[in-house]
Amino acid sequence: MRYSLLNVVVNGLTGNRFTGPAWRDAAPKPAYDVVIVGGGGHGLATAYYLAKEHGIRNVAVLEKSWIGSGNAGRNTTIFRSNYLLPGNQPFYEWSVKLWEGLEQELNYNVMASQRGIVNLIHSDAQRDAYARRGNAMRLSGADAHLLDRDAVRRMMPFLDFDNARFPIKGGLWQPRAGTARHDAVVWGYARAADALGVDIVQNCEVVGFTRGPDGSVTGVETTRGTIAAEKVALAVAGSTSRVAKSLGIRLPIESHVLQAFVSEAVKPLVPGVVTFGAGHFYISQSDKGGLVFGGDLDGYNSYAQRGNLAVVEDVCEGGMAVMPLIGRVKLLRQWAGLCDMSMDGSPIVDVGPLAGLYLNTGWNYGGFKATPASGWCFAHTIARDEAHPLTAAMRLDRFRSGRVIDEKGVGAQPNLH
Amino acid sequence: MRIVCPYCGARDAHEFAYLGDAAPTRPDPSAADAVDAFHDYVHLRDNPAGPLDELWYHAAGCRRWLVVTRDTRTHAITATVLAATAEASS
Amino acid sequence: MSRLSSGGLVDRTRPLAFSFDGRRYGGFAGDTLASALLAADVRLVGRSFKYHRPRGIVGCGTEEPNALVELRSGARREPNARATTVELYDGLDARAQNAWPSVSFDVMAINGLFSPFFGAAFYYKTFMWPKAAWEKLYEPAIRRAAGLGRVADAPDPDAYDKAHAFCDLLVIGSGPAGLAAALTAGRAGLRVILAEEDFRFGGRLLSEAAPLDDAAPVAWVERTLAELASLPNVRPMPRTAIFGVYDGGTYGALERVADHLPIPGAHAPRQRLWKIVATRAILAAGAIDRPIVFGGNDRPGVMLAQAVESWVGRYAVAPAKALAVFTSADAAWETAFAAHDAGQQIAAVIDARAAVAPALLEAAKRRGLRTVLGGEVRSTAGKTLSSIEVFANGRSERLAVDGLAMSGGFSPNVHLTCHHGGRPQWNDAIAAFVPGAAPPGMVVAGAAAGTYGRSACFAEGAAAAAAIAADFGRTAPAFDAPRGVDAATGLSAFWHVEASKGMAFIDFQNDVAAKDVKLAVKEGFTSVEHLKRYTTLGMATDQGKLANVPGLAVLAKASGRTIAETGTTLFRPPWSPVSIGALAGHHRGRDFRPLRLTPSHVWAEEAGAVFVEAGPWLRAAWFPAPGETDWRVAVEREVKATRTAVGLIDVSTFGKIDLQGPDVGRLLDRLYVNTFSTLAPGRVRYGVMCREDGFVMDDGTTARLADDRWVMTTTTANAAKVAQHLEFCLQVLWSDLDVQAVSVTEQWAQISISGPRARDTLAGVVDDPAGIAAEALPYMGAVETTVMDGVKARIFRLSFAGELGYEIAVPADRGEALARALMAAGAAFGITPYGLEALAVMRIEKGHVSGPELNGQTTAADLGFGRMVSQKKDSIGRVMATRPGLVDPARPGFVGFRPLDRTQRLAAGAHLLARGAAATTDADLGWISSATWSPTLGHAVGLGFIAGGAARIGEVVRAWDGLRGTDVEVEVCAPCFYDPDGGRLRG
Repeated sequence: MRYSLLNVVVNGLTGNRFTGPAWRDAAPKPAYDVVIVGGGGHGLATAYYLAKEHGIRNVAVLEKSWIGSGNAGRNTTIFRSNYLLPGNQPFYEWSVKLWEGLEQELNYNVMASQRGIVNLIHSDAQRDAYARRGNAMRLSGADAHLLDRDAVRRMMPFLDFDNARFPIKGGLWQPRAGTARHDAVVWGYARAADALGVDIVQNCEVVGFTRGPDGSVTGVETTRGTIAAEKVALAVAGSTSRVAKSLGIRLPIESHVLQAFVSEAVKPLVPGVVTFGAGHFYISQSDKGGLVFGGDLDGYNSYAQRGNLAVVEDVCEGGMAVMPLIGRVKLLRQWAGLCDMSMDGSPIVDVGPLAGLYLNTGWNYGGFKATPASGWCFAHTIARDEAHPLTAAMRLDRFRSGRVIDEKGVGAQPNLH
Repeated sequence: MRIVCPYCGARDAHEFAYLGDAAPTRPDPSAADAVDAFHDYVHLRDNPAGPLDELWYHAAGCRRWLVVTRDTRTHAITATVLAATAEASS
Repeated sequence: MSRLSSGGLVDRTRPLAFSFDGRRYGGFAGDTLASALLAADVRLVGRSFKYHRPRGIVGCGTEEPNALVELRSGARREPNARATTVELYDGLDARAQNAWPSVSFDVMAINGLFSPFFGAAFYYKTFMWPKAAWEKLYEPAIRRAAGLGRVADAPDPDAYDKAHAFCDLLVIGSGPAGLAAALTAGRAGLRVILAEEDFRFGGRLLSEAAPLDDAAPVAWVERTLAELASLPNVRPMPRTAIFGVYDGGTYGALERVADHLPIPGAHAPRQRLWKIVATRAILAAGAIDRPIVFGGNDRPGVMLAQAVESWVGRYAVAPAKALAVFTSADAAWETAFAAHDAGQQIAAVIDARAAVAPALLEAAKRRGLRTVLGGEVRSTAGKTLSSIEVFANGRSERLAVDGLAMSGGFSPNVHLTCHHGGRPQWNDAIAAFVPGAAPPGMVVAGAAAGTYGRSACFAEGAAAAAAIAADFGRTAPAFDAPRGVDAATGLSAFWHVEASKGMAFIDFQNDVAAKDVKLAVKEGFTSVEHLKRYTTLGMATDQGKLANVPGLAVLAKASGRTIAETGTTLFRPPWSPVSIGALAGHHRGRDFRPLRLTPSHVWAEEAGAVFVEAGPWLRAAWFPAPGETDWRVAVEREVKATRTAVGLIDVSTFGKIDLQGPDVGRLLDRLYVNTFSTLAPGRVRYGVMCREDGFVMDDGTTARLADDRWVMTTTTANAAKVAQHLEFCLQVLWSDLDVQAVSVTEQWAQISISGPRARDTLAGVVDDPAGIAAEALPYMGAVETTVMDGVKARIFRLSFAGELGYEIAVPADRGEALARALMAAGAAFGITPYGLEALAVMRIEKGHVSGPELNGQTTAADLGFGRMVSQKKDSIGRVMATRPGLVDPARPGFVGFRPLDRTQRLAAGAHLLARGAAATTDADLGWISSATWSPTLGHAVGLGFIAGGAARIGEVVRAWDGLRGTDVEVEVCAPCFYDPDGGRLRG
């Protein structure tokens, strides 16, 4: 059933008579062409594009609890394509292009709003680094502008320009970056995939795999029975290591906790996304009015999806350093995600490492913005058994070959990325 | 989170720097398969949801490296030893 | 005025004046803003989020969803203050929020007309057409309408403090269970902290009418507090909300130090963040009353029965002229009796249950109160409540009332027990969620555990404390509970009047009604998390304290499950919202991070330096001469002076590590790509250090002062990282090496002088000039000696600027004296201080790599140091550096650039493209990492990385800078523009 203003009006007048489940709560069949493990944004987007772009509809998405319960429901909703390295930037720029048309594509208002991102600059060295990045963005066809201090001040006069420990000297601005309503992205992809025949199976946890005599992966064992599959694709982010463990696979991944925060709703203050350049802090404001912000990882391996107070303080210190007028705004909710931090800080999208298996992980804390392009490229990878050009550099063997994609230049220590 | 440093006593975790899994052992650089072994050493991790022996460095304190046994699901710490002695006894 | 003529805990001898929405009112000390507004008959205090429906005060504490006001003004303006927790002070000024032009006539109330269309999640189904309209039209309108209060218009002028506290037992909440626990543990000698978020201790005891020891309960509370105050091991903390439970028995708490004053006292903080480390904790946070979901239950005048008990009992306010009670719980009957006895007219007690305890009916009859059993309220009317429709015994009746107290039972405040992932458990007997697994060290007592009834709460709190005391090896004396009669606690679950007319609200702030839950179920959002996110139920500022459980109940019924099967969302910190200012504390403005000053900072200031932040340091960027206004002129002068005479710069910020022991050489061989064990004493060598993955981590110069004494330098930025790395190598990798290492970055000042007259200058400062003669101290030599008449010094003959030069290290407290002494000694030769800008120019002229090149993405080979890597020994990173991706000749390699047109400028950040190539990622050949105008050469020079590296020397490519709109042809050259043979260094 198509969503539209007419749909809303008719249902409003008839007490919601003409509406029904946004997606079927499917029961698992014994076999599928493709089983996608993980009902987050990436898994659902992959299923959608498999059906839509590749005509592969005999697909199930298996989710251990309710769809979007992982990082898809916990992130700070930002999308952008302001990456530095050629292995990354074109991929993220494609993702932004997909964001731009997503509502129409899915017939679901994911509330993608391109109000821009400004990365604040506090030193000449930082400006040089952002210039390198901005030019890399432009080479990929993305938009980027270098702002001087006055331009930043005109855009956001409420930032601290007068009393800052690390004065603002300018900013790197990407106008097409923005935010989207994370839950809506999950539901939008789920509804669209379901409409194309994909089975979305909730409360179905994968606890093992079935293997062929040649060692290939032939299916999954779940809390709702065994399901055979030609192809099994993993899209479980921070849970990848423990899901892959039964396959005997060790990965260049560590699972870390990232905290995020929202304040009570206040009248509009922050026009777009702002990132602080002299500390770990970034902020935007949701359409409901809450300031959504976050900072660095806690820094230690964790599956607890909760963090400690030192980070909360650190993040709020960054907030007050950037915009000291928010002192009396109150933190309303804090939560945390389970981030698949990779050894070079960049994602892993690949065929393998076993026959019949496909891997999508290593999104660190930046998976939300990648949702559309990850789905697009992973669907291609699964359908064609080869990397998509945009994720060609994101293969698993890059750690062995040394062709790592290390944006921050901190090396093989996940908690530094 | 509080870590009981053998020298300094119970200190808040933010006094420490975290490295990661303490299990990987630096391979023999002169072995024939050194590149592969080093790849595994540098990159591959068990990443368990459960008890993990990890390396923490008391940066704001005695500057000793510790091996801390901590459950990654609950953050509960069950053991802490000096890394140097852990190495010696392993 | 609705103030009762007697009773309550307000101090009638201290009247206070305040204003709300521009009108002036009076209250008393001990009032909250809410109680004072009710006493003044102000019923309409705000508008709901979506429909802008009129809203009145519903609760009496942190749970309040409606009465959010803007407090104070200007820089101190605070949005979303809950009138129920704002302590009244003289001169308080508050305004309703989210309504225009006024709370009584709000233009946005027109949304209410569209409420059938504005159901849950309607915005996901529309606002998509035309494509551009979402961003240009719909969203801006939504954003303007959204939000509640306004942020302040200037930086927060108040100070926020942070403190730590430690105790054996943290008691959270000071109702009967909490006070009994604190008393018991305190008497047993434990270190106790008693935290209470209210401004008075006592919890519900402050509001209850039933006597304790034949007196008002507050008397027992006061006696108890007096005893607690007398115990040195007990620390009562009022106005302190425990908002979060973190690892290691760490509790986050917010103390509202001065929010009850117009402004904080001089030098006093507004609020204080406490980090309390408690071995054990007792959560005695009580329980909150529950609304019933019925048509029009959001009208101003409908409130929680528990709140009515407080208005009457604690604040001596009659909240209505005629008050009805709608309940399924005995407690609300007791509230009706107490209110009646205090002077509040009770129109009727309507109970959804078909039968209630005879004693209650008796008590009602004695008071002449009308009772209706098996009844329900189906709708309400009035802009503020004026009547209700009661349905019982098959017929409807309209009751004229302006107040309605509702209670569907209680919800224990289990929130803190969930902070470590514990799941609350459904208890059918009391129709409530009670704590599941609590964080380590915490137990729950009293109503928070689902134990209702005063004597049971006293007993539970005391028993919990006694058990904890026993764990500490102490015996607690038996708790002498005060005598009193327990109120009736019987109840039946009653959630929703199905036959409601008009919207039946669940979440009052976010305007989520029963129909929205049913719609969510119809559309498949049946898990509690989906329900919450789809409808926004529980996501308002009250965090679902009133909405969650009724919402769950409606969800369960609509999806054909029991509440236990449906489950619940988990509560996460904070229990109640915490100001961002308090979480930041003093770390704001210039105090955001510490400022590190070099040892010669005072001298540099005197010399007129312009400073720049370099990481945590403040370093001189340049030293303008009198009259010099253009920094470029100053920098050029500094460069020329250094290259022709002598220049001075403070380089103390470099990391310095002192290494001693017989195995230092062996260690350094493993750390650096090149060999150090062969370095003779009295020599210094440049070294490159890699990470285990083969990429360069840092560079520096390491000197051997004696056989077993060395000193290493690192870059400023990596000082701590290298020190940590070194300790890792010594303690984890090679604990058999006999080496001691210690960071001495702060202990030594280091000044660099460079230029043809450097030696002459130094001779004026060293005690033994012969020791620094050319043969005695050759290039890359190191010597320990003394300067300035006996000051210990180390002199290293090297120069980052590329001239004859020396770095002189003295103990840090002599650094400034050294700078002055060198300036004096060099005056005759025209010594010139220079800063980071000139240093950058000179090192770029020399092609020395620095931060922009050592960015963690480059290998030794990339940087042109390939031949430095010894193949005769292992070093960290050597094996991994042989991976194909790291030895690929197509990798970007370090080169220099000169613009073909020598008048053109180069900028770092430009990318490199072939001539004629389109500007695309695929055509990207590399980038310029450092660039400057060279006064020495008279044109711009750049350093950077190009695919293929040195193999391209001689080619012409383009430096493309799309950001700044330039595209300059450059020739690729060797990355050294000045004195490539190093003759000047060896002078």
